[in-house]
Amino acid sequence: MIFDTWKTTAALASVLVLSACSNGGGDTTGDDGAGSDDGGTTIVRHETDPYPSTYTPRASTPTLIRGATVFDGVGGQIEIGDVLMVDGRIAAVGTGLEAPEGATVIDGAGRYVTPGVIDIHSHLGVYPSPGVSAHSDGNEATQPVTSEVWVEHSVWPQDPGFEAALAGGITTLHILPGSANLFGGRGITLRNVSGRTVQEMKFPDAPYTLKMACGENPARVYGNRGRSPATDMGNMAGYRAAWQRASDYRDRWHDYWEDAEAGEDVSAPTRDIELDTLMGVLDGDILVHMHCYRSDQMAQIIDMSNEFDYQVSVFHHAVESYKIPDILAEANACSAVWADWGGFKMEAYDSIRENLPLLHANGACAMIHSDDALNIQRLNQEVAKALADGRAAGLEITEAEAWAWLSSNPARGLGIDDQTGSLVEGLRGDVVLWSGNPFSTYTRADQVWIDGSLRYDRSDESLQPVRDFMVGQPGEGDQ
Amino acid sequence: MKRTLSAIALSLACTLPAMAQTYAVTNGRVVTNTSAGIIEDGTVVVRDGDIVAVGANVQIPEGATVIDADGGWITPGVFAPVTQLGLVEVALESSTNDAGADDSPYSVALDVADSFNPAGMHIPTTRVEGITRAALVPSSGHNIFGGRGALIDTSGDADSVFDTGSFVFADLSQSGASTAGGSRAAAWTFLEAAFGDTRFYPGRYAAHPEGDALHRYDAAALVDVVRGRMPLMVEVDRAADIRRALRFQAENPPVQLIIHGGAEAWMVADELAAANVPVLIDPIANLPGSFDRIGSTLENAARLHEAGVTVAYTTQSADGYWNARLLPQHAGNAVANGVPWDVAFRSITLTPAEIYGVGARYGALAAGYAGDVVVWNGDPLEVMSAPTHVLIDGEETDMETRQTRLRDRYMDITDDTPYAYRR
Repeated sequence: MIFDTWKTTAALASVLVLSACSNGGGDTTGDDGAGSDDGGTTIVRHETDPYPSTYTPRASTPTLIRGATVFDGVGGQIEIGDVLMVDGRIAAVGTGLEAPEGATVIDGAGRYVTPGVIDIHSHLGVYPSPGVSAHSDGNEATQPVTSEVWVEHSVWPQDPGFEAALAGGITTLHILPGSANLFGGRGITLRNVSGRTVQEMKFPDAPYTLKMACGENPARVYGNRGRSPATDMGNMAGYRAAWQRASDYRDRWHDYWEDAEAGEDVSAPTRDIELDTLMGVLDGDILVHMHCYRSDQMAQIIDMSNEFDYQVSVFHHAVESYKIPDILAEANACSAVWADWGGFKMEAYDSIRENLPLLHANGACAMIHSDDALNIQRLNQEVAKALADGRAAGLEITEAEAWAWLSSNPARGLGIDDQTGSLVEGLRGDVVLWSGNPFSTYTRADQVWIDGSLRYDRSDESLQPVRDFMVGQPGEGDQ
Repeated sequence: MKRTLSAIALSLACTLPAMAQTYAVTNGRVVTNTSAGIIEDGTVVVRDGDIVAVGANVQIPEGATVIDADGGWITPGVFAPVTQLGLVEVALESSTNDAGADDSPYSVALDVADSFNPAGMHIPTTRVEGITRAALVPSSGHNIFGGRGALIDTSGDADSVFDTGSFVFADLSQSGASTAGGSRAAAWTFLEAAFGDTRFYPGRYAAHPEGDALHRYDAAALVDVVRGRMPLMVEVDRAADIRRALRFQAENPPVQLIIHGGAEAWMVADELAAANVPVLIDPIANLPGSFDRIGSTLENAARLHEAGVTVAYTTQSADGYWNARLLPQHAGNAVANGVPWDVAFRSITLTPAEIYGVGARYGALAAGYAGDVVVWNGDPLEVMSAPTHVLIDGEETDMETRQTRLRDRYMDITDDTPYAYRR
């Protein structure tokens, strides 16, 4: 009955390949890491995207949803509005839109349309159902610094949790390693689609992320083995030692590229897969997602990020963020939080139900997250609770503003807000049609589109995916 | 349970003396959980701890403290059938976690009431969400038995345990199989042996304190279960294990089972209904989290209801100490998946009280019931609704908690009073 805190709170690290330049993945040259520059000098640049996304949007017909209440995901609301998707993209949002020829037209009267929900903290695929020992695949808890592991190499695409999340309106999700380690490994952003391979689920061109973890988990895991880190100060020492190595490594590579490009006859440094990831952070290509609970620890981490000149994108769990919204806003660090979980360990003892709305009201970037295969199915209800609690405390927040906690803010935290997370013309057609107000317990997702393609329909079994594991099992196809 | 409420209410309304301990909760939609149904604009009168009148035309006694529901909902307090309230303060800190006792030589004899701390911080945070009563279910320890459960109110008062020896908990799921030695067969054999020891208690212990399965004290504690005077709560999820439990009940009269877990109960619904065995399920637990629960589905609650099974809801997939308070949300999701509203609401109020044999006293709004009354600002199963007043045993309770105090301390970040001085 006691929930598995270790799993829930654990984190892994990731690794990056060398960025040949300051770009994210995908645009390096050469096979197996070598590219040839003009002038005859071969300059070593490692591939930054060796496991590329093979996701392709499914063909779609133009779709017009008419006459629904629209939350655009960035604070806007249309009482009776239309959303048009064409060629997989949001083509228009407004009132009185005309249906293109051949379009599917859906009557949205009495229903709500929103951007697809983005869960920025999931372990689907790495702690999949059923939770047998072979499926405990999210914590490389063999040493505290494992920036060299990539969570996508653990993701099992047949986790039935993915389709359950789809029925809850999840269109994009960020899979993280657990929090056993200081540096848990590299995270991955997925489209919530079915695939035989994880590459078929990877969000094209989404930045890589690095999972780090504060506090009790790494100190407990390694302290219990009689090795460092065993304390918070040991955690900090472990991070700093790694960042210093990464900084030196980055200098070696940047010096090498500079000299090689100047035509000097220099040898490339020895490649280190662990430090590749940390260098990616220092170069600004990889986003840091850090599991921390206590406000005082987050403040230490922010100082450390200044010491080594990198950015913390999002603190996860962050149950005490409400105590330091000013410090977080100043550091431009977001908080991804629960509505009302806590108590499972000492650092989660000061959790309050108004964390999310208080962050919002005090000008800090905030969002909901699940960290759980059941909660991911109803993040709309989690936000509803946080919104109601915030209002009860006297904060004035609209429903439309609160939808940002489910879509555009997590998109920002993942560096994909120019792709999804809001109903803005040109963005991906990631859309949910809800049976009613999505902040009601009784409302369910009627239909879910990903890149404009209808991928879930509550009233059509042929549009309710069933992962391989459930085939032939009792309850196959039940939600 | 079947009272003619309006008649009682009217007759009492005329004769109620005004007393210091009299409350009139009025101007709200009253959910009675009785044949009176829902009273759209009703009043509930509570005097000296008990409900004395419920109805649409109840006279408010002179001198009564009036609680205006302001058009909201007035309901019986929520009864959480599976919690560890007051047993766990910080789950991972074993010094604060009395949920189970892995290293105790005893098992059935362990009385969870001895571990209960009414001053635990999670009791007020649960109460302010409308939960007024709860069962304490101990975790199993060195064998399949967790000990004897108890019933509490959430007042935090010294006398908040109102029933002890309410049931015995035993784990017959895959974890119970593991505890028993590695198989279901081992777990059921242990249970059979424990019943054997108990049937011949105290005689078989005359020469030695150890039986085939149980220590003498544990056998003594199991006597009421074997004789059918105390239910045996068995944790099982797999359909095959539920059938095995039903066979155990059939073979061991007059033992009375309560099924806890029940992920695949829908697959055994007709047998459960025929055996009149109640089931405690979490209506949102829909993933095949283990090979015991492959058939998990959001349809479980509705299918069990349609088959006529007695069902109460739990927060098993969350936890039982911090988020037992989410029980109304779990019930609301049962409604979203096909359960009629009044059935779902009973599944977190009257039904659990009936399962524990206290349904004539708790779980409904009718004369003679304990004065557990909650006023909500909307539909209690809606996630955006919240209680505005919570009465337990006819006394209004504090709506402030450690969590609301922390919230208030950090509400204003422009105030330059040091935080530790904000009291």
